[in-house]
Amino acid sequence: MPEAVLEIEEKQSHTVAELVSVVEALIFVADEPISVKILAEVLDEDKEIVESAVEELKSEFERRKGGLQLREIAGGWQISTRTEYHEEIRRFLKTRPNAKLSLAALETLAVIAYKQPATIPEILEIRGVQSASAIKTLLDKRLIVAKGRKETVGRPMLYGTSKDFLIQFGLKDLSELPSIEDFEDLAGGI
Amino acid sequence: MEQQTEQLSFDFDKVQPHIVRDTRDTIKLELGEFAGPLDLLLYLIKQEQANIFDIPIARITVAYLQYIRLIERLDIALAADFLVMAATLIEIKSKMLLPREIFGEAEEEIEDPRHELVDRLLEHQKFQNAAQMLYARSTVEQAVFPRGQIESDENNAEVNATVFDLLSVFQKILARHKEEIKMEIKREEMSLFDMIKNLKRRVFQAKELYLSAFFEEMQNKQELVLAFIAVLEIVRTESVKLMQENVFGDIILRKV
Repeated sequence: MPEAVLEIEEKQSHTVAELVSVVEALIFVADEPISVKILAEVLDEDKEIVESAVEELKSEFERRKGGLQLREIAGGWQISTRTEYHEEIRRFLKTRPNAKLSLAALETLAVIAYKQPATIPEILEIRGVQSASAIKTLLDKRLIVAKGRKETVGRPMLYGTSKDFLIQFGLKDLSELPSIEDFEDLAGGI
Repeated sequence: MEQQTEQLSFDFDKVQPHIVRDTRDTIKLELGEFAGPLDLLLYLIKQEQANIFDIPIARITVAYLQYIRLIERLDIALAADFLVMAATLIEIKSKMLLPREIFGEAEEEIEDPRHELVDRLLEHQKFQNAAQMLYARSTVEQAVFPRGQIESDENNAEVNATVFDLLSVFQKILARHKEEIKMEIKREEMSLFDMIKNLKRRVFQAKELYLSAFFEEMQNKQELVLAFIAVLEIVRTESVKLMQENVFGDIILRKV
């Protein structure tokens, strides 16, 4: 390890320890999950070096087992509280959990998440029911966004999930969603 | 028309909608509504403890129709989607009643009329499970808090202005001010009465006055207009004449 540190020191302006600290500071102040790319730009360091600093920071958080965690979410890194302390935090913040999405909205969101970009007729085909109000709810909550129009009869609007969707559902990216085929086993069980 | 009774919140385990049969063999809907006809159908199949790959169409259709008779009265738009499914069920039921040998060759695999419906049900169930997964994820996420918002220039409306914004606002105020002041001075500084007095004094002192010179002294349009009116007035009321030395020459105001 010492040799590697030396090498980095020669090339870059930050030592590894410094880099881990400054990365932590930047992630802390960022309003949204902050990507390694942006971190690297701000610090004027190589992406790979920043990446390893983030990983080091993550393991530091895990080793400490404190009230905070470092998570990769929506293509960036975020410091947040651990789930265990939500009751105390809510008591302090005096907040209640947000209104949950309705079954119809959740189903519509699931179809869009897996079939995106998807049109309203395609959603109707799977759900067997008109989804206009569910789509409006999802658009209002910024969980989905319009992604242009499909070049077919009627040029229907295409919908896909948004960055807020990844944040609200705690996903690194869309590939982190379990495969839709994985739900088939459950389906057979009736 | 859309589903107006969309619930804001529910619990997957506690608030799954279900049908309760009361004593008079009518059905009653409890806790919300089914998200769609496929939902209802899956529920009924489960209720009848039937195999999804071998749906007892007759029994399920009866139960299904009983249910939609109920929702028809509640919401026409929603009922329409359920009616489409009812028609499909009845179509499948009638197809199954027909002797199968009539269609095609006996050796050929005859497609079960229920096949397409089963596919849709399975597909739907996959997404229902996916919805459940999303529900679970969002529940977990609600227990995680990022840090509170730090006040930065971007989210502080008071500071969220550049020097240029400030400058343009300042210029606007300045311009408004300028206009106001100009108006006031014009009105206050010179009245027609003053102008006439001034002109009279000049003419009586100097005996004669070149009009072009007098007009040139004027600071702005309003004064010019006043000066012109004053000239007309003084010629009318006083012993003053307008003279011209040659054609197109300067006009001279002369005391008689």
